[in-house]
Amino acid sequence: MAASQTSDAFVEFDRVQKSYDGETLVVKDLNLTMPRGEFLTMLGPSGSGKTTCLMMLAGFETATHGDIRLGGKSINNIPPHKRGIGMVFQNYALFPHMTIHENLSFPLEVRNIGKSDREAKVKRALEMVEMGSFGTRRPAQLSGGQQQRVALARALVFEPELVLMDEPLGALDKQLREKMQFEITNLAHSLGITVVYVTHDQTEALTMSDRVAVFDDGIIQQLDSPDTLYEKPMNSFVAQFIGENNTLEGRVKEINNGVALVQLDDGELIDCNPVNVTKAGERTRVSIRPERIEFNKARLQEGVHTLKAEVLEFIYMGDIFRTRLRVAGNDEFIVKTRNAPDQKRLQPGEHIEIGWLPEDCRALDA
Amino acid sequence: MSDTTANPLLTTADGKPLKAALARAERRARYRAFLLVLPLLAFILITFVTPIAQMLHQSVYNEGFTMHTEIGSGERTPIMVNIKAWFDENPAGTEPGEAAFAALAEDMKTLRELRAAGSAGTRINYERSGTRSMFTKAARNANKIEPPFKEAFVDLDEDWTDPALWRVMRDASTPYTMNFYLAAIDLTKSPDGDIESVAENRQVYVTLFQRTLFLSVLITFLTFALGYPVAHLLATLPLRHSNLLMILVLLPFWTSLLVRTTSWMVLLQSQGVINDALVGVGLLGDGNRLQMMYNQIGTVVAMTHILLPFMVLPLYSVMRPINPSYVRAARSLGATSWTAFWRIYFPQTVAGIGAGALLVFILSVGYYITPALVGGASGQLISNLIAFHMQNSLNWSLAAALAALLLGGVLILYWLYDRLVGIDNLKLG
Ligand SMILES: Nc1ncnc2c1ncn2[C@@H]1O[C@H](COP(=O)(O)OP(=O)(O)OP(=O)(O)O)[C@@H](O)[C@H]1O
Ligand SMILES: [Mg+2]
Repeated sequence: MAASQTSDAFVEFDRVQKSYDGETLVVKDLNLTMPRGEFLTMLGPSGSGKTTCLMMLAGFETATHGDIRLGGKSINNIPPHKRGIGMVFQNYALFPHMTIHENLSFPLEVRNIGKSDREAKVKRALEMVEMGSFGTRRPAQLSGGQQQRVALARALVFEPELVLMDEPLGALDKQLREKMQFEITNLAHSLGITVVYVTHDQTEALTMSDRVAVFDDGIIQQLDSPDTLYEKPMNSFVAQFIGENNTLEGRVKEINNGVALVQLDDGELIDCNPVNVTKAGERTRVSIRPERIEFNKARLQEGVHTLKAEVLEFIYMGDIFRTRLRVAGNDEFIVKTRNAPDQKRLQPGEHIEIGWLPEDCRALDA
Repeated sequence: MSDTTANPLLTTADGKPLKAALARAERRARYRAFLLVLPLLAFILITFVTPIAQMLHQSVYNEGFTMHTEIGSGERTPIMVNIKAWFDENPAGTEPGEAAFAALAEDMKTLRELRAAGSAGTRINYERSGTRSMFTKAARNANKIEPPFKEAFVDLDEDWTDPALWRVMRDASTPYTMNFYLAAIDLTKSPDGDIESVAENRQVYVTLFQRTLFLSVLITFLTFALGYPVAHLLATLPLRHSNLLMILVLLPFWTSLLVRTTSWMVLLQSQGVINDALVGVGLLGDGNRLQMMYNQIGTVVAMTHILLPFMVLPLYSVMRPINPSYVRAARSLGATSWTAFWRIYFPQTVAGIGAGALLVFILSVGYYITPALVGGASGQLISNLIAFHMQNSLNWSLAAALAALLLGGVLILYWLYDRLVGIDNLKLG
């Protein structure tokens, strides 16, 4: 992170801090470097400072400390309208007193682009989001999904290199949201624009982005590609926040050859991947993904530690089975199995033994 | 589908036609709703619609020269019946001959008996000043008037042969007349009934209407210019601060109108706070203190202050719900802050501007107390003259005609607003 001024950096946050009231820091020491053309998502719980970061980038909030650079130039003193950043707002912010056509034409008019050029660009942008025939309507006469597309088209029509989107799909139903996720990523990649996308929906973040920055408490907890984020969470917040996760608490007994032996609070021993622990005696929170748990004795590795478990509930979910277990005093231990022809359906009350590969079981901070 | 086509007359479960059942059910609900609003409806009818209707009637109807009402008993006696008969027989413009004066002499006797010469004379005096005394004098001497009548009347007063007087009497002998409306716009009738302007030195009403219109527009504009930023501040400040500001805006509502007006007098008069301060600082010599009170400046300043909340509140109510992200969006799309304001924010507040302007304008067109107190001679508005005719000259018909013209003007304005902006866009708060 120290060498943040790499040559291909397009957007850079350099030690940025932000406080609204002078008492608490909403954003604490933010460092972030984005290359041109990247689709980066800021993901985090409500109030973690995502919108604040976006607003600082767009120029509606000033950074209390630190530097924000765009294309190598500091933009701290450039007013919003000169930054040339397209923005899609959470509530779309389509101008209610203008038609769709006028809405799209607005950014071109304020740039003094000639009428014929303007018409062509508006037409192209509307067709890009498949809204070509709606030009004469007002925003109130469109459905939520249509408004969303128009907002997207408006943010793109003046061909900005950087587009910010603040939870643009928050108001849409699940089906439409999935469709729009697909369309937005496609558009972004085909136009080659750089996108900073804010959401608190982790599925959205994982499916759309090149990289995801997980925010909590004003700090980027982890910045990685979706698969790394899911499979190799670097701390227990990320592990908890991304996807479903089982946690067990205990203390490190010893670390050998890159495998940590952890003694759980009820005395049982398990083998883990020491991610955030360095020495024996540390408290740790162990995290295992529900789909990486094995209870078929034949497939368990030789010689590893296993845990006893009692089946509490079996839920049939169509494509998968979801089984709730009691493991080491934890009643919320979930196992997910694929609905395959040979898959065993566990019965409540059954006593089984479970295990996993040591590298799937990550010993994180307590 | 097939159900409805096979069975066109839908019925309820117990076999009654559905439409009739629905109508009955709805009628009951309507009756109940009507009963609930009935008291208010009656109140409005009695206290609002009826007086306006009566005023409008009074502006075209005055029976001062046709009917005498005994004050104590309320007994009504027709007066001036003989001269009325003569007017009916002879067309307008006929030289009044001996017969006319004979009829007049007969009527004078009635006036004397009824002691109604004063009120009948007043009616004529409205349109031709200086004639009231002629009637009282003639009635006093009614018993001594003997043929030849014409000479007898001329002996009493030479003006009895004045054709203009006879034109006024002819018009007044029927209670319905448009003459008060003519008077309200500085017109009168010549002896042969043509409409002409009154003498220049007696033209007051048109000038006053013009002044009222001009000052109202000015006040409306001033309240807008002062109120728009305040409303914007109110709508964008955090609630904690905006509440305090709102109290300051509403404060004028909580103090008596008189107190507010008098405090302006204290500030603006030539020995007042502002002049004293200017003289004290040395910006002004003691000899040439600014005259800010008892003229148009006083009226404009005080009324702008008093009517300001009526502009701020509708503006505030349209500005409050405007999401700040609109302006932000405009800025991010490349608009300067001025363009974002003018093209995005301002158009969304037009409904509030219309409502506030309409409210302030209508209120100031009819404003009375403040101009009466601080307006002096040059700051009087039309409503002050209406009040004068109601309280001092007691010419209620003229007052009613002036008021009706004012009402008509406001209604036209309202109609125009509806045509241009649409009354359903009006947001009053
Ligand atoms: N204008 C403001 N004045 C004061 N505090 C603010 C302001 N805007 C945001 N905050 C505070 O800053 C913190 C971060 O807010 P922010 O809007 O960035 O969160 P977010 O991550 O976008 O959350 P969400 O997912 O709910 O949109 C919150 O605690 C919020 O209360
Ligand atoms: Mg937010």
